[in-house]
Amino acid sequence: MTTVESAPATPVILGGTRGGPDKPTLRKDRWWVSPVVTVSVLTTFVVYATWAAFSNRNYYVGADMHRNLISPFYSPCLTESCVPGSHPATVITWWTISPALLILIFPLGFRFTCYYYRRAYYRSFWWAPPACAVADAHVRYTGESRFPLIVQNVHRYFFYFGLIFNVILTIDAVRAFQQPGLGLGVTVGTIVLCLNAGLLWLYSLSCHACRHLCGGGMRTFSEHPIRYRFWKFVTPLNARHMQFAWMSLIVVGLTDLYVRLVASGTITDFKLF
Amino acid sequence: MADITMRVWRGDPGGGGFEDYELQSQEGEVVLDVIHRIQATDAPDLACRWNCKAGKCGSCSAEVNGKPRLMCMTRMDQLPEGPVTVAPMRAFPIIRDLVTDVSFNFEMAKKVPAFDPAPPPEGGYRMQQIDIERGQEFRKCIECFMCQDVCHVIRDHEENKPNYAGPRFFIRFAELEMHPLDTNDRRELAKELGLGMCNITKCCTEVCPEHIKITDNAIIPMKERVVDAQYDPVAWLGRKILRRHKLTAEEAADRG
Ligand code: SF4
Ligand code: SF4
Ligand code: FES
Ligand code: FES
Repeated sequence: MTTVESAPATPVILGGTRGGPDKPTLRKDRWWVSPVVTVSVLTTFVVYATWAAFSNRNYYVGADMHRNLISPFYSPCLTESCVPGSHPATVITWWTISPALLILIFPLGFRFTCYYYRRAYYRSFWWAPPACAVADAHVRYTGESRFPLIVQNVHRYFFYFGLIFNVILTIDAVRAFQQPGLGLGVTVGTIVLCLNAGLLWLYSLSCHACRHLCGGGMRTFSEHPIRYRFWKFVTPLNARHMQFAWMSLIVVGLTDLYVRLVASGTITDFKLF
Repeated sequence: MADITMRVWRGDPGGGGFEDYELQSQEGEVVLDVIHRIQATDAPDLACRWNCKAGKCGSCSAEVNGKPRLMCMTRMDQLPEGPVTVAPMRAFPIIRDLVTDVSFNFEMAKKVPAFDPAPPPEGGYRMQQIDIERGQEFRKCIECFMCQDVCHVIRDHEENKPNYAGPRFFIRFAELEMHPLDTNDRRELAKELGLGMCNITKCCTEVCPEHIKITDNAIIPMKERVVDAQYDPVAWLGRKILRRHKLTAEEAADRG
């Protein structure tokens, strides 16, 4: 009698001839809209940020206008060339080009290695894959298992640096309530800086590495009640990480633009009270 | 009068093509109903796999208008106007018409080490709800294998198949890794079975009929655990120092 054990093993086919037509996709909906939007927004941001970082002017609105507003691209302003008032103390003297270039590397690294942005640019710029069930554009594929993409694993360090920047930008937002010569008050600029700082916190706290470090990495929550609470708190934020990623990106760019327009005298920073 | 056109893939490993079937629509129908009507009228030899017709057995996966869907859960009145294409899952070898050979998945399932709890303490195992609830999401999986089908790592790169477990098994890894009683360390294995190949583009999550957050709740947490174990220089240094300490303690014991 044949038993399960004695029956000859059926050869297993991992691959083989596939069904369906040999076409990159059978989708007829407008799957390309999302990659096109992503490419447009990210490209616009990168071009604008590069220009703003190299421009090295109009990043600070100071006492001459009774304001204390600094662009997030230039904070903390640590070099000798920083305009007076924009920085607490000169720390770095050997850096002679734009101070923004010194610091932008951290927020850019944070976003570049972010799990959400990775998804966004792998899909839209790299086309691996451009959309679900649409063939990816590469003959070979090793994902993030090799150099250079294996380096994405450093994301948590950029997260830590991101926290330092959040603290600095929060201090900037608080300082924006000062109106030298007029006392304390609220202007549109204050609100813009506060909104920017708030969104950056939401973006950082919803980060996947943050969720892991808060408590997600635990096997048993019951042994770590405090970390479990942290994890419980960031988990719903994490579900909205994509939204926070886009909102904070756009707002950080607009904050720089606002400060720039005020500093250059193009618009006045309206005082609310 | 016929008002719907079904463009169904007919073929086997030798080749095939789409064939159109014109039918009269009926209220409340799903794609699987229409396929059954085609079987009953025009094409009694049309092969398709199904079982529960309730979205619970995971048998009827196919690609409807180019996207992996359960045929029994896809309502005809929610599809856009025009012919409806129904093709077999693209990532797996075809057997006939809409039926594919999904053995790949069962082979990969064998590579996930089984649940391995420590021997029960006196009075039996005890677990708390907060410790097991994360894994419960993953147990909703109905093994429709649409996440495996849509994953570009194997869908577009046949050569990756031997070294890639795929999203369905990454959730299995995660489930066991988060289980309070399990003693295995699957992080090394998850790395070997292709966790690093996944580029978190989230198509698996998009198609999962059980709405399991495969990428956010399983793959990324597993990737972070692999970072803990493999790539985090600070954690690595910490372990080195701790191990050194342990060794010194042992040495001390040796010396009496
Ligand atoms: S997120 Fe990863 S596992 Fe899921 S479909 Fe994309 S590449 Fe595959
Ligand atoms: S995880 Fe979801 S898509 Fe994948 S096999 Fe299970 S039910 Fe299907
Ligand atoms: S910031 Fe997006 S995942 Fe960490
Ligand atoms: S027939 Fe069971 S899931 Fe569709």
